[in-house]
Amino acid sequence: MEQLMADLKVQIIEALNLKHLKPEDIGDDQPLFIEGLGLDSIDALELIVLLQQKHNTKIANAQDGPKIFKSVRSIAEYVRANQAAA
Amino acid sequence: MKLYINSVGIISPSLQASGEWQLPRVDENYLTCIEPDYTQWIQPQQLRRMSRIMKMGTTAALMAVKTGASKPDAIIAGTAYGCLEDTATFLTKIIELNEEALNPTPFMQSTHNTIAAQIALLQNCQGYNQTYVHGAFSFEHALLDAGMLLTDTPAQTILTGGVDELTKAGHAIHSRFNKYRKQNTPYLISPAGDGTWAGEGAAFFMLSGANESTVAIADVHTFMASSSEQAFQQLDNFLKQNQLDTDAIDFLLTGKNGDQKNDLFYDQLIDVRFSDQAFGAYKHLCGEYSTSTAFATALAYTILKHQTVPVSVLNGSLNTPIKTLLIYNTYGPHHSLILLTV
Amino acid sequence: MSSGVYVAGAGALSAIGHSYATSFLALENSTHGIRPLSLLSSIYSGTLPVGEVKLSNEQLAAQAGLAKPITRTALLGIHAAREAIVDSGLDIKKWRTGFISATTVGGMDRTEVFFPDFLKDNTQGILSDVIHHGCGATTDLIAQALGITDFTTTINTACSSSANAIMLGARLIRQNKLDVVVAGGTDSLTRFTVNGFKSLMILSDELCQPFDASRKGLNLGEGAGFVVLVSSRVLQEENLKAKALLTGFANTNDAYHQTASSPDGRGSFAAMQNALTMAGLTTSEIDYINLHGTGTLNNDLSEGTAIARLFAEKIPAMSSTKSFTGHTLGACGGLEAVFSVMAIEHQCVFANLRFETTMPEVNIPPQTKFEHKTVNHVMSNSFGFGGNCSSLIFSRPSVG
Repeated sequence: MEQLMADLKVQIIEALNLKHLKPEDIGDDQPLFIEGLGLDSIDALELIVLLQQKHNTKIANAQDGPKIFKSVRSIAEYVRANQAAA
Repeated sequence: MKLYINSVGIISPSLQASGEWQLPRVDENYLTCIEPDYTQWIQPQQLRRMSRIMKMGTTAALMAVKTGASKPDAIIAGTAYGCLEDTATFLTKIIELNEEALNPTPFMQSTHNTIAAQIALLQNCQGYNQTYVHGAFSFEHALLDAGMLLTDTPAQTILTGGVDELTKAGHAIHSRFNKYRKQNTPYLISPAGDGTWAGEGAAFFMLSGANESTVAIADVHTFMASSSEQAFQQLDNFLKQNQLDTDAIDFLLTGKNGDQKNDLFYDQLIDVRFSDQAFGAYKHLCGEYSTSTAFATALAYTILKHQTVPVSVLNGSLNTPIKTLLIYNTYGPHHSLILLTV
Repeated sequence: MSSGVYVAGAGALSAIGHSYATSFLALENSTHGIRPLSLLSSIYSGTLPVGEVKLSNEQLAAQAGLAKPITRTALLGIHAAREAIVDSGLDIKKWRTGFISATTVGGMDRTEVFFPDFLKDNTQGILSDVIHHGCGATTDLIAQALGITDFTTTINTACSSSANAIMLGARLIRQNKLDVVVAGGTDSLTRFTVNGFKSLMILSDELCQPFDASRKGLNLGEGAGFVVLVSSRVLQEENLKAKALLTGFANTNDAYHQTASSPDGRGSFAAMQNALTMAGLTTSEIDYINLHGTGTLNNDLSEGTAIARLFAEKIPAMSSTKSFTGHTLGACGGLEAVFSVMAIEHQCVFANLRFETTMPEVNIPPQTKFEHKTVNHVMSNSFGFGGNCSSLIFSRPSVG
C-alpha cells in the first residue's frame, strides 16, 4: 500500500504536469480537489486514464470520480479493490 | 470607424512587447518565437495544462492588457490552425492506442476557441467572445468584428489578436508543398529565392473607439483576387473609400516572403501603384504564417509611434513624417489591406 | 423596421432529414434519427448511438456536382447552404452577398485518412487529403460551390459556433456592409470528435435524454444548417416572403472553467437576457425555447438553472431537438436556428424526446410532444466549451 501510494504520487505529478510539486509535498490523506491541490474535473478524467493505463483499473462512470479521488490513499484503496487481473 | 491602439502585447521571433527587437535566429528555414518566462504572467496551476500556442496567445494578450489602461470588454481572436500541437497529439494517440483510454486534455485544448476562452477566464471577462478561423484572413476578420463592435459602442475596449504556432507536423506537411527554402540563406527578402521561411507568433491589441492613443487602424479589407488587375482594382476602391490615393500612403509594408514567385506580385504592385512611395517588408522578422499580419500590425504601430522604420524593414529611402501606413499581404488568392494612421 | 434582418430562406441536413421539408416531417412525427454508428470507421462502429447523415461522400459529391468527394464537412455544408439559397428564391449575384460558416472539425475527416501514413513516415500520406484541414478551407470550398465572392469567413467557438455565424451575418447587414448573408454551420462526424467526447466521458451509450433527471450524456451527430439573412431593402425590392425576423442576439462568456459551465449558468443567463433586451421583449413573450440541451449532467443543469432564474414568472415551452439529431457541434446553432424558424412558420413547438422525470435541482419540465400553438417569438440557445454562450431570438414577421 505504501509503495502504491508513493508510485501514485509520482504518476499524478507527471500526468497532471504538476511541476511545482514534489511527491513528498502530497500528503497521503490530503484532499486533491478544490481546497487541496486545486485539481478540477479535467484532472479527474486524466486520473481515470492514468488508473486504466498504469494500474489496469477501470472507472466506468466519471461521476464516481470525486469519491475515489478524495486523496492518494482513497485512490490506492480503490486500485487494490478493483484492479483487474493482469 | 477608427480603432485606436491603446497597447500591444507581442511574442514573436524578433519584436518584443517592450518595443525592443532583435534580428531573429534562423534555424534551417524557420523562425520560432523568443518566449518569455511565462511564470511571470500565468499561475503554475493554469500554466501546467497549456500548450505552447496557448501560452503564447494568452501571455501576449495579458501583456496588452497590462500596459493598457483598462480591462477588456470583449475578446476576439484570429487563428488559422488553432492549437495544432494538441490536435496532432490527439490524432497520434487515437492511432497508437486504437481509440482506447485516451487523455482528454489534448482534445479539450485542440479547439480553436481555447485561446480566447482562456483569456476570458484569466481576465474574468464575461463579455463578447469570438474566434475567427478563416485561414489568412483570421486576424483581419477579428479586426473587422472589433470595428463593428466599436461602431455600436465606441467607449469600450476590445482585446483583439492573431496567433498561430509552428509545429513539427505542420512544418513537415507545408515543406512537402515546397513552401520553404531548401538552402540555408542568411537573408530572406533581398535577394528573393525559392521558398520562404516558416514562422509563428502572437500579437494582441487593446483597441478602443475613443481617442486615447494616436495610432489607429483606420480600415481593413479582405478580398480574393485571381489576377493583379483585380487586386489593384480592389486596392483603388479601398483607398477611394478612405478618401486617399496611393500618394497619400507614406509607407507601404508588404508581405513579401522571399519566395520569388510570390514576391513578383509585390514588385508589380510597387511599380504600378507605389513607385514614388517608401516601402518595406516584415516576414524576415516573423516568418510566413497565416496570421502574420498581426505581427505586421504590431510593427506598424511601433513605426508610427516612434516615426522610424528599422533598417532591415526599409527598402530604399523614407520620408518623414509617416502619417499613413498600409499593410498589404497576400497568401495565394487571399489579399488583405490594413490601413493605419497617426 | 428599417434595420430589420429577415430570414428569407433556410436549409437543413441532419440525421432526421436531408431537407427543410423532410426535417419538419420528422419533427412533426417525433421521429429521431439516432442509430448505431455505421458510416464512420471506428472501434465504436455498430454500437455507439449517433445522428449520422445517411448519405455517403460519393452521393453528396454527386449531388453537389463534384467529380470526386472533398471533405465531408464541406459536402454537408454545400447541400444545406444551397437549399437555403434556392428556398429564398433570391438571385444572390445581384446583391452584396456574404457567406459565413462555422465548423469545429473543418477538414479533419480527410486529415484522419492522411495521418496514419504520415505518422509512420512524414514523407508519406496523400497531400490532397490534408490541404483542406483548416476550417477556413472548408468554408472556401462551400463558398466556391455557391458562387459567393464578396465576403467569406469562418467562426469556431466550439458548440456555439454557428449561432455566432448567424449573429455576425445580422450585424453585417445592420451596419449596411452586406445586403444578403448565408450563415450557419456544418460539421461531419469524425473519429477525432467521437474519441474526444469519449475521453471527456460525456457520451451516452444509450439514446440521450436532455433535461431528464436520469440523463447520462450526449449523442454526437453531424449535419449542416444555414439561413439566408436579408436586409429590409432586399426583402422589399425582391418581393420576398420572410419566414422570420431575427430580432435579438447576444454573445457572452461564462468565464468559469475551460469545459464546465458555471452552476448558476451566469454566461447563458446573460446571453438570454441580453438577447431579450435587444429584441425589446419580456420573458413572458417568448413562446418557445430551442434549448442547447445536450443531455450532459453539467450543461442541462446549468442551462436549466439559468432558465428557471430568468423565466421565473412563466417557463415557456422548451425542448432540445438534439434528442432528434444528436449534438452536431459546430452545426447545431445553424440547424436549431432553422428549426426555430420552422416553429414560427408552422406555428408549433417540438417534442423533447424520451423525457421522463424533471431534474430534481430545477423543476422545469420540457415539452413532451409536438403541438400546434401560437408562436410569435422563439429563443435558440447554443453554448460551447470555453464558456462561449450565444442566444438568438427569431420572431414572426407579422409581429416582429
